[in-house]
Amino acid sequence: MTVEFPTRKGTLIAVDDVSFDLQPGEILGVVGESGAGKSMTGYAIIGLLDRPGRIAGGRIELDGERIDNLPPEKMRRFRGRRIGAIFQDPLTSLNPLLRISDQIIETIRTHMDMDERQARARTLELLNEVGIPAAAERMDEYPHQFSGGMRQRIVIALALAANPQLIIADEPTTALDVSIQAQIIRLLKRLCKDHDTAIMLITHDMGVIAEAADRVAVMYAGRIVELGPVRDVIKDAKHPYTKGLMDSIPAIGQDVRVLAQIKGAMPRLNAIPPGCSFNPRCPQAMDRCRVERPELITQGASAVACWLFAEEEAGVGVA
Amino acid sequence: MIALIIRRLIQSIVVMLTVALIAFTLFRFVGDPVAQMVGQDTSLEDRAQLRERLGLNDPVPLQFARYVGNTVKGNFGISYRIGRPVGALLAERLPATLELSFVAALFALLVGIPMGIYTALHPERWLSKAFLTISLIGISLPTFLIGILLILLFGVVLGWLPTFGRGAVVDLGFWTTGLLSVSGWKSILMPAFTLGMFQLTLIMRLVRSEMLEVLRTDFIKFARARGLTPRAVHFGHALKNTLVPVITITGLQLGGIIAFAIITETVFQWPGMGLLFLQAIQFADIPVMSSYLVLIALFFVIINLIVDILYHVVDPRLRIERQVGAGQ
Repeated sequence: MTVEFPTRKGTLIAVDDVSFDLQPGEILGVVGESGAGKSMTGYAIIGLLDRPGRIAGGRIELDGERIDNLPPEKMRRFRGRRIGAIFQDPLTSLNPLLRISDQIIETIRTHMDMDERQARARTLELLNEVGIPAAAERMDEYPHQFSGGMRQRIVIALALAANPQLIIADEPTTALDVSIQAQIIRLLKRLCKDHDTAIMLITHDMGVIAEAADRVAVMYAGRIVELGPVRDVIKDAKHPYTKGLMDSIPAIGQDVRVLAQIKGAMPRLNAIPPGCSFNPRCPQAMDRCRVERPELITQGASAVACWLFAEEEAGVGVA
Repeated sequence: MIALIIRRLIQSIVVMLTVALIAFTLFRFVGDPVAQMVGQDTSLEDRAQLRERLGLNDPVPLQFARYVGNTVKGNFGISYRIGRPVGALLAERLPATLELSFVAALFALLVGIPMGIYTALHPERWLSKAFLTISLIGISLPTFLIGILLILLFGVVLGWLPTFGRGAVVDLGFWTTGLLSVSGWKSILMPAFTLGMFQLTLIMRLVRSEMLEVLRTDFIKFARARGLTPRAVHFGHALKNTLVPVITITGLQLGGIIAFAIITETVFQWPGMGLLFLQAIQFADIPVMSSYLVLIALFFVIINLIVDILYHVVDPRLRIERQVGAGQ
């Protein structure tokens, strides 16, 4: 899939030929720096790209059905019903002027054939499920009467309201403090298992990925540079960028004076270098990296977009 | 809620007393009232007697207290120009001004809010652009010019609408209304349009910018991500959140409409308080001027009180703060 933004100064490619799949009940972590295209990928999937952004190429399928070219009204029915979303900031995700119950009931009744009473019963069920204490008494309160962590639980209940197959969780824990983060991650994992829902977990926090995800896709400058099972990627990162990311996480018990960091900054969208977009910052860059762009190359259970792994591939006879 | 109303009422009383003080000092600033009331050849003894009778020799605070007392009782004094009680004059004129103001405000709201919503939801359509262009004209043309142009077109050239007055009025005993007769409605159309035009453009632009602002917020994005219908997103979620500033401005503007209906009333010779006030200024008719001042202040205070209460109805966050405040 490719997402581009036509601007006056030329077309910016925010997501460049990104491809991945998700199984029911699986959590796929998508990690990368700000501006790497993680959220953009998520918005593209639920069909909520801000204008003038648009999907320029590729396809999105849900359950074998192509959904990226649906008419807006049909896509709207998909949102919430088949694909749920959780956003970063629970403090701003809920309408401050409407009761919690009204917002959830509204969502349920939009997608499911229920009357007010049934929807209310389901609302209570959902709130209990996401762990709102005294949900029956509190469901008619307003968002500002809940703490940040509680509000994120309500947001999750809203995303679950119509029982979607896929949930796009865009930085669901970033705005929360650490102890609440762990609770929310645990909640997401449990819900994912109980409902057999696939979750696309977008974050820049490797710790969250390690905790929650089954597989992880590392994004850099709009492309996936490494995609594989979490264990492999964390323990044995292959792409120099992923390695750099891992090295920059301080380990407990290790006396580090200076944190390792990757030199330089991610290129802006209008100045992506030719060849591998990471080459100017890569410690292992070769001549080929500056000219030719690497595609994903299978490496065991993972796939890596890096020329360092090209030889073996060439030996097997695949270009 | 009740605590809020009581607190606001106390504040309102302070405001009203301040305005009354200003209105009271009007009498002193424009010269000796006795000199204005009597003829040139009145003897000094007569003047002194009148001064004594009017209580002008009493200490100023006592005079102010008497003034406030009289005003509260609805005794606004006697007009220098017409020689009738100001209270009765105002009571005669009040319905005309209030009717004009409310029709104008209603027109501004009923047309301005939908136009604002439309231009915010469909910013690219040519109709939105047309609305915005027209609103620019409406906001920049002076009121009297619009009024005169309307008179020229509908009154003189087409001859459809009367150019002055209220038309036939029905006396309900406590209130004379022009809204129960056809000629009354015909008469109010042009003045109300003239008076409401500026407010309409203001409200439209306010609703539009607030709505655009709200549509960018996360909770709207989240509402969309939940697959709610565009109707539910726009009217259930976005519109409600634009209401608070709209209520504020509308409240302030309604006060403004009543107070500044003067120009429109003059253009259309509308027999309201504005016209009365204007004539009072020409003749230095202090009792009328000061009473008008007090009355308009009263309207502003009442409207603000209603606006404050409406805030609390619309925005639950304010209700809670109140409870917390009361608990402390």
